[in-house]
Amino acid sequence: MHVNSTTEEKEIVTRQKSKLGVRLFFIYLICYAGFVALGVFNYELLSTTVFSGLNLAVVYGIGLIVFAVIMGIIYNYYCTKYEDEAEKGDAK
Amino acid sequence: MIYDISVTALVFFCIFVGLVLGLSFYFGRKKSDSSSYYAAGGQIHWAVNGIAFAGDYLSAASFLGICGMIAVAGFDGFLYAIGFLAGWIVALFLIAEPFKRLGKYTFTDALNAKFNSRAITLAASVSTLIISIFYLIPQMVGAGDLVMPLLGLPHWAGVILVGAIVIAIVASAGMASTTYVQFLKGGLLIVLSTILTIYILKNGLTLSPGGKDDPYHTFIELEPQVESAGIAAVDGWEVLSQQTVSNKTFVKLRQNGVERWFYLTEKDGKQSLKETLTIVQKANGEKLYNGETKDKRKFYQVGHLSKIIVNGKEVEKTGAVGPFEFLSTIKESDVVRFLQTKLTDGTDQVSIYYPEITAGSKFMLPGLKYKIGTDASLWSKLDFVSLMLALFLGTAALPHILIRYYTVKTPRDARKSTILAIAAIGGFYILTLFIGLGAGVNGVMDVESSNMAAPLLAKAFGAVLFSIISAVAFATVLGTVAGLIVASSGAIAHDFIDIYLKKNLNDNSKVKVGKIAAVVVGVFAILLGMAFKGINVSFLVGWAFAIAASANLPAILFLLFWKRTSSTGISASIVVGIVASLAIILTSPTMWDKYGLGAENAMHQMENPALISFPLAVLTVYVFSILYPKKEVKVG
Repeated sequence: MHVNSTTEEKEIVTRQKSKLGVRLFFIYLICYAGFVALGVFNYELLSTTVFSGLNLAVVYGIGLIVFAVIMGIIYNYYCTKYEDEAEKGDAK
Repeated sequence: MIYDISVTALVFFCIFVGLVLGLSFYFGRKKSDSSSYYAAGGQIHWAVNGIAFAGDYLSAASFLGICGMIAVAGFDGFLYAIGFLAGWIVALFLIAEPFKRLGKYTFTDALNAKFNSRAITLAASVSTLIISIFYLIPQMVGAGDLVMPLLGLPHWAGVILVGAIVIAIVASAGMASTTYVQFLKGGLLIVLSTILTIYILKNGLTLSPGGKDDPYHTFIELEPQVESAGIAAVDGWEVLSQQTVSNKTFVKLRQNGVERWFYLTEKDGKQSLKETLTIVQKANGEKLYNGETKDKRKFYQVGHLSKIIVNGKEVEKTGAVGPFEFLSTIKESDVVRFLQTKLTDGTDQVSIYYPEITAGSKFMLPGLKYKIGTDASLWSKLDFVSLMLALFLGTAALPHILIRYYTVKTPRDARKSTILAIAAIGGFYILTLFIGLGAGVNGVMDVESSNMAAPLLAKAFGAVLFSIISAVAFATVLGTVAGLIVASSGAIAHDFIDIYLKKNLNDNSKVKVGKIAAVVVGVFAILLGMAFKGINVSFLVGWAFAIAASANLPAILFLLFWKRTSSTGISASIVVGIVASLAIILTSPTMWDKYGLGAENAMHQMENPALISFPLAVLTVYVFSILYPKKEVKVG
């Protein structure tokens, strides 16, 4: 009982997207792990004022949130591009 | 705390709940088959689904819990926001599209798409049920907290109210209506938080918060005469007794027949007694607030700044500030937080909330709840890492988030929904930092429960704003609870009864069984909601994330990324994940406190289980897949 009429997608597109996803994931993972590691190993560094009177903890924290949104947009841009290219290839 | 019923609040509340119910009955009237009950027929627009995602995710934990924890523990509350959002990265980059391609409509079906194994069905439906219930607890606790000031009802009444309304929603409609409810509420929540943040910044920081007709209580400080045996005398007060609990000394004094507790502090060799808030539970069941009965209204809202520094100078108030200026000024100033301790005085059980001056520079750093500085113990550092791990890995494995991938048509739509959700949720979480800090310094905190920080802050800015925000927060709880109950009823009716027990239900009876299951889960959630009153809801949600991360995520990741994963590996890993995380949670200090055995006597000091249970589940899926290689069955 399938709910979704999932359109067939070329395997190459699927592979491209999943490769991109995994790469972006690891980039984010490193940034996130960096924050946690800083908290555990060099806690004092988080209290340094870095920007506009804000300490590193606040800047890093908000930065992680904003960075996630930016990475999402990049991911969507490339995925859509891959899909469109594959479709164009079909049309020719 | 002591609350009045507000008529404005009541009106808005009724409008909202009416709207939500109306919406779900409208969608419920349309003839529903099982696919529209569980997955809204896969026909929801991606933008609606994206905001609905946000609505689903911005549950009581986010709006009530994070703001509340920021208000009392500063930056540590914000850790939850960072982790909750980071979890979406896992969902988007690793899980969303492959999962959608598997083309099934419950978490169990997707896991089982390649295997058709009964063991997976059983394990996955049990894990869905357990995670959903752990996620339901904080929602119910939050609901109870909300109705206290909103409708003047006791906590348990709120819990029952939510339970009843949600059971009505779910039993009548299913996924389509919950999607629109979530969409409405997600959108409103973001708009209202923005308004609230603008109010906070416009208002700035002040030493004397509170409105004209509702001024902030001035906490008194007494100068005692001290002898070697302790406090000898205090001007105008009669000294009754003194007690020391974990290095803090509290003194009981009496004036005009009213007994009050004071907190003994020492600064520069001079001792002083600071006023505290107390709740005394008498042996005969009577409860006294600051030494008097509830109707005398002697119990106050708290949380203020004791010193504001702008550009190196001390000021009374700042006036309107920009967002960066707001954060940096708090960092330079001193925040007075009220911490709780308990003691026994004869036959009385006394809860004392005493003021503690915290430097803003500490308040804006992690460490007040999760101790991670150089002097911190290994346990508390591990606890911090464990929490961050659970938040990161939990989101993608929450069954009620996963089912939202099935409500849109194509993988492309699922992706776009997810990105819109990330943007909306990320924006909202940045706002929670301002709302939480605003609540912490504007004298609005209820010491009995941190969960009301955001709505009570709104109350300080006006009754209408408070009413709308509370109503939306209540709708938030309704929507999330409805989504969770759909997920758990799916696990019971579809996965367990239909597939595992091979009852081969027809479409009609499948929906019917689902609805009965929804009612049962709802009742169960109501009972748990009452049991966990008073605990911060974000903290409780952290547990649900930890269980999800341990039970579901290793299975999902291996299924998607490792070709040799076998069905035995998957089911074993789910079982190990659940058992390990549950075992750690049920023996944690917080639970020990709930059992009445005292947190300090707990079997270990780990509050968050993921650091142990997640690797254990990963190891299990790997080892069992090697030991019992797969026998793949072609399905479909």
